[in-house]
Amino acid sequence: MADADLNVFVTEERIEGEDDGPLAGKTVAVKDNLSTEGVRTTCGSAMLDDYVPPYDATVVRRLKGAGATIVGKANMDEFGMGGTTETSAYGPTRNPVDPERVPGGSSGGSAAAVAAGEADLALGTDTGGSVRNPAAFCGVVGIKPTYGLVSRYGLVAYANSLEQVGPLAPTVEGAAALLDAVAGPDERDGTTRDPTEAVDDYPDGSYADAADGDVDGTTIGVVSDLVEGADEAVVGAFEDAIADLESQGAEVVDVSLESVEHAVQAYYVIAMSEASSNLARYDGVRYGKSGGYEGNWNDAFARAREEGFGPEVKRRILLGTYALSAGYHDKYYKKAQDARAWVKQDFDEALSEADVLATPTMPVLPPKVGDSLDDPLSLYLMDANTVPVNLANLPAISVPAGEAEGLPVGLQLVGPKFGEHDIVRVASAVEN
Amino acid sequence: MTAQTLEQRDLAAVIGLEVHVQLETDTKIFCGCSTEATEDEEPNTRTCPTCLGLPGALPVLNEGAVEAAVKIGKALDADIPEETSFHRKNYYYPDLPKNFQITQYDAPICRDGRIEVEIEDERREISIRRAHLEEDPGSLQHAGGSIDTADYTLVNYNRAGTPLMEVVTRPDFRSPKETRRFLAKMEEVLEYLGVFDATRDGSLRVDANISMVPADEVAEDGSIAEETLESANRTEVKNISSHKGAEKALAYEVTRQKNAIKRGRAVEQETRHWDESRGVTVSMRSKEEEKDYRYFREADLPPLRVSGWKEEIPIPELPDARRDRFREEYGLDEESADKLTSTKEVADFYEEVAERFDPDLAATWVADNLLGELNYRDMRITDVTDRLDEFARLVELVDEGEITTKNAEEVVLRRMLDEGEDPDAVIEAEGLGTADDDEVAVAVSEAIDENPDAVEDYHAGEGGALNFLVGQVMGKTGGSADPGDVNRLLRERLED
Repeated sequence: MADADLNVFVTEERIEGEDDGPLAGKTVAVKDNLSTEGVRTTCGSAMLDDYVPPYDATVVRRLKGAGATIVGKANMDEFGMGGTTETSAYGPTRNPVDPERVPGGSSGGSAAAVAAGEADLALGTDTGGSVRNPAAFCGVVGIKPTYGLVSRYGLVAYANSLEQVGPLAPTVEGAAALLDAVAGPDERDGTTRDPTEAVDDYPDGSYADAADGDVDGTTIGVVSDLVEGADEAVVGAFEDAIADLESQGAEVVDVSLESVEHAVQAYYVIAMSEASSNLARYDGVRYGKSGGYEGNWNDAFARAREEGFGPEVKRRILLGTYALSAGYHDKYYKKAQDARAWVKQDFDEALSEADVLATPTMPVLPPKVGDSLDDPLSLYLMDANTVPVNLANLPAISVPAGEAEGLPVGLQLVGPKFGEHDIVRVASAVEN
Repeated sequence: MTAQTLEQRDLAAVIGLEVHVQLETDTKIFCGCSTEATEDEEPNTRTCPTCLGLPGALPVLNEGAVEAAVKIGKALDADIPEETSFHRKNYYYPDLPKNFQITQYDAPICRDGRIEVEIEDERREISIRRAHLEEDPGSLQHAGGSIDTADYTLVNYNRAGTPLMEVVTRPDFRSPKETRRFLAKMEEVLEYLGVFDATRDGSLRVDANISMVPADEVAEDGSIAEETLESANRTEVKNISSHKGAEKALAYEVTRQKNAIKRGRAVEQETRHWDESRGVTVSMRSKEEEKDYRYFREADLPPLRVSGWKEEIPIPELPDARRDRFREEYGLDEESADKLTSTKEVADFYEEVAERFDPDLAATWVADNLLGELNYRDMRITDVTDRLDEFARLVELVDEGEITTKNAEEVVLRRMLDEGEDPDAVIEAEGLGTADDDEVAVAVSEAIDENPDAVEDYHAGEGGALNFLVGQVMGKTGGSADPGDVNRLLRERLED
C-alpha cells in the first residue's frame, strides 16, 4: 500500500528549523494538536479546520532550534479522544505494518509516520497512553515523560492535568535524543519543573546517553495485575522479553498494584471533566462554523458545537459535564481524584521495591479498522495499562518486544518521577 | 414568630456586597500583556494567545497580582492562607475567551477580614467574608443599542485578563447609604495601598444582595439571627458601577421590596439588573436560575505558597491612622485632616510642605487653596506632585511676606496651574511684590481725598463704606497691599 493511503498527515508542510543543532538533518512529524505558527492546527477536528495559530508551541520552537525539519502535521483522534486514530474528522490513519489495522492512537499519525519512514522522528502527546499505544501498535518506540518535564505551552488541551508531549522514534536512543531536545522548564508553562531541582541525585548526562543497554543489577517489577488481563499472544511476547532482560542481568520481581482496577474509571472521569471545560471555548464565535444562527447565543453556541464536534468528543464533553455537575461532583469527580491519589501511592510503593515496572503496553493486538469504533467501553478498557501512569504523573516508555501473530507487541516500562534515564536504559536493553 | 404577619411589621433592610475591583498591576494576571489601556487603542490589540484563550496557550500567575491581594488582605485585617490555589468557574458567555473564568474557590487569598466605616458619626465594622483573585473577562459592545435590541455584538478582549479582586462582605449593611460609605472607604484604602485606580473606567463593579427582615428582629448592635436571614427572600442586584449607583439601586430595591411585602406579595428570589439610566432594577430572565459553575481545580496553575507573604510585604499607613496622626502631630482640625488624607498623594504632598513650614500654613495652602483650585480645574494632586518645589516656593514667598496672600492665591497659583509657570516668574511678570509702606500710605491718602462721600458714610456708621475704601486702596496698589494692613491704616486715618 502506498504511504499516501495510510493518511498519516492532516497537513503536509515543510517547516525548516535552524541550520545547526542536535537534530539537524532529521525530519519530524508533529501531532496536529501542537501549535505551529502559520500552519493550521486542526486537532483532527472539523471545529478547527481553518484554525491557524499565530504562535509556535514551545516544543515546536525547540525542535526548530535543534535544527529539525518538520514535515507535516500528523493525524490524530479528534482532540486526542480515542485510541485508534479513527475519530479524526480527516479519516482514519492506517497501520503501516498492516494497513487493514489501526495504528493505535490518539497519536496514530505520528507513530505511523515513523513506522512508514515518512519522518525520522515524531512528536505525539499522551493523555492516557496516546504515545505509547500507537508506538506499540506500529512497532516503534514512544515515551510519555514525567508530568512537568516537557512544556505543554501550545499543546491544545484535552485533559491538562494528565497530558504530556512525548517523542516517537524507531529506536530508544532516537526517542531519547528527541526528548533531550524538547524537555526542560518553560516559563510559559507553570507546571514544568527543572528535574535537577525536583529530585535528589538526578543523573548527569543526556537521555540518549542513558540508552546503553546496561541492566545488570536493575530490579524490574512485573505488574501482575496488568499482565493477567492481556491477550495470550501479547503475554507470550511480553514474557519472552522479560526473560531476555533477566538473562542480561536484571533481577525480576512480581509487584501488585491493587488500585489499578479503578484506574480506567478514574481516568475517564477526570479526563472527560477536564475536557468539558477545555473544549468549552469552541463555541462558533472564533472557531468552527458560526453566524447565521438566530436567537439566543446559547442556542447559537449549541448549534456550532453540534456541527463542529464528532460523536466521541460530544460523548466525552457530556459525560464530563455531568461528572462535574452539582450533586454528582462528589460522587464522580471527587471520587476519581481520591482514586488518583491512591494510584500514585500504589506506584510509589511498587517503585520502592523495583527500579522500574514492566507491563505489556497494550493488552491486545492492533484491531482492524472499523472493528472497535461502535463499542466505546471496550476501547476505553484497551487503555488499562497506560492510564494508571498518567494518573500517577510518572514517566513510561513503550519499546517493541517482538511480534505475535505477525503484529508488533509493545513492552511498557514505568519509572519513578523524573526517572527517564532508568526507563530509557532498560528499554535499550529490550532492543538488544 | 409573633402573631403579626410580615406585612404589618416594620421592615429593615439587610444588605451584603460583592465588590469587584481591578488591581493596578503592570501586566495582566496570567500573561505579559499590559493592563493599561492606551488612548484610542484598537479593539483586540492589547492581547496575546493566553488572554485570548487561544488553543494551547497557558496561564502563568503574575505574582504581582498576588502581592497586591496580600496588601489588601493586610489592610482588611484578613487571614492569608499558607497556600492559595485557583479553580475554573465554567459558564458560557461571549466575553469570556475560554468559556471558563480562572478564579479562586476553596483557597482564596483572603478570609475573614474587617473594615471600619464611619456612618453618621458612628464607627461600624463591616465583616469581610473573603476576597479572592480572578481574571476579568473581555467586554461586549452591542451594536445599535442594548443587549436585547442590538443587531450584532462585538467582542473586545483588551480587558480580558486584567486582575480582579472580588471582596465579599457579610450581610452587615442596614441601609443603602451605608454601602455608599463603605465603597468610598474601601476605594480610599485601596488607593492608599497603590493597588487601585478609581479613575479607570470600569475599575469598580458591585453586586449586592438585599432582603427585608422585621425591624424588631434586628438587635441593638445591628446583628440578626441566622434563621431570620435565611428565611428572608433576597434579590441579587447586578451592574452597579459606582458608590452613588449602589445607594440609588439599593434604595430603589428597598422601596420595591417593602411595597411588595406590604401588599402581601412575596419578594421573589431572583437576580435583578440595575438600569442606571432609568433608575430602576429589572428582573433578569431566570435563565441563571440554577447556577452550576462546575468549579474544579485549575491544573495549569500549581498552588502558590504564600505563608510569610503577609509579614514580608509592607503596606503604607492607612487613611484612618494617618488622619488621627495628622490631628495629633500637626494639630489639624477634623475637616483639614479629612481633606489632607483624602488620598495618599494629597497626604504625602501635605507632609512634604508641612515639613518645611508651619503645619497650619501648609494646611491652609494645601487643603484650601491648592485642592480648591485643582478641583475647580478638574485636576488632581497627581498632576502637580512633580511641582511640589514650586508650590513650596509660593508658600515660602507668602510666609516671608514677599507677596500678599490674595495675590498668591488669585494670581500666582492660578497662573501656575493654568500656564505652568513658576511662582517667581509670575511675580516678576506681574510686578506683584508686596507694596512698601510708603506706597500704601500714599494710596490711603488718595482714597480718602477722592471719596468724601464714603468718608461721610463711614462717620455716619455705614459698615460698607470702609470696605469700599479698602477696595479703592487695593486697586491703587495693584492688589499688592495686605488688606488687613490697609484696613487698619484707613481706620487710623479716619479716626484721627
